[in-house]
Amino acid sequence: MGSAESTSRTDANWHEAVIRALKDNDVRLVVYVPDNVLKPLIEAVQKDEFFTVFVCAREEEAVGIVCGAAMAGLKGIVLMQTSGFATLANVLASLAVAAQIPAVLMVSERGTLGDFQPGQAIVCRTMRPILQSLGIEHHTMTRLEDAHFTVDRTIRQAHLTQMPAALILSPLLTANRRKA
Amino acid sequence: MERDRPAVTRRNSKVMNRLDLTKRLVAKLKHEEAVIGGIGNANFDLWAAERRPQNFYMLGSMGLAAPIALGVALAQPKRRVFALEGDGSLLMQLGSLATIAMVAPRNLAIVVWDNGMYQITGAQKTATAEVADLVEMARGAGIAQSAWAKDEDDFERMIERALKEDGPWFIGARTDAETPKIQTPREPVAIKDAFMRGLGVKQS
Repeated sequence: MGSAESTSRTDANWHEAVIRALKDNDVRLVVYVPDNVLKPLIEAVQKDEFFTVFVCAREEEAVGIVCGAAMAGLKGIVLMQTSGFATLANVLASLAVAAQIPAVLMVSERGTLGDFQPGQAIVCRTMRPILQSLGIEHHTMTRLEDAHFTVDRTIRQAHLTQMPAALILSPLLTANRRKA
Repeated sequence: MERDRPAVTRRNSKVMNRLDLTKRLVAKLKHEEAVIGGIGNANFDLWAAERRPQNFYMLGSMGLAAPIALGVALAQPKRRVFALEGDGSLLMQLGSLATIAMVAPRNLAIVVWDNGMYQITGAQKTATAEVADLVEMARGAGIAQSAWAKDEDDFERMIERALKEDGPWFIGARTDAETPKIQTPREPVAIKDAFMRGLGVKQS
């Protein structure tokens, strides 16, 4: 809704593009487990009265909350980092995929393109195989020009088809300084 | 240590029957309140008690009855929402109690059936059979209105309060080892669709 006209607009940065796509799709609930890369997005949605935003103890819990909200008519998104995603195989399989609930996940990708943590680099390798084996639609976001389009279309498809989906924020998008 | 102890503790509360208490609870629901039945025996007894369109039966995702109920409560603030969870399940997701206390939805009540065991996997003991007190944990997480039900009448009074007054509520009930007579059919998509229709979200 309204996304056709807003797609042509340019965004100053990736989190602005994400927020615009969330609003275009009436995604009002944002539940997160903190991450440094996600910080500007978290701060921006916290300042914006359109959104209900709160932190969770664990990513699994956040998926439960967003699934409950989706079944009751409120669209939401879960924000996390790669290591948090690695805790989600069971809830994705046995709740979101099994019951066909459109839980939308946004994962800040750690463990690649210059990470300093061996643990992050190793757990990162599990993310796409888990998404693939569960048949969950996922896209890696690398370019600011495509950011709004990717988030907008992914959320729209998730809700129209009643399926979970994941958006992976690559360092190419979030840490590359060539933009702006 | 001299500190304020609640009058009813886990030790002095009556051991009751989960199916009986579930029936007492659903009998009080007159306004299409939502009920999330936790994985295993909590939702099997909910299925046995009454097949309401506003019931959601969890067939997986152990520990997430309270978070799912929180999501429903946020989406529909005018509807009262109950989570029915077992002690083993709740022990998996204790952090969710802190989240619920912080978000403080007025329309949410969590009921924990505490039989001190992982009943469905062979009756292995949970930590609540030895030392852990889930009501104390809920209170420590910040859910001020947390208490053990002393007996069946007390349980019904607590449910009545949760239906009328602002939550969040946490109600602990010690339960016996009786196993469910029937089980919920394993049809997750049908369960979700029925629940969404029951909440007025899905029209088709």
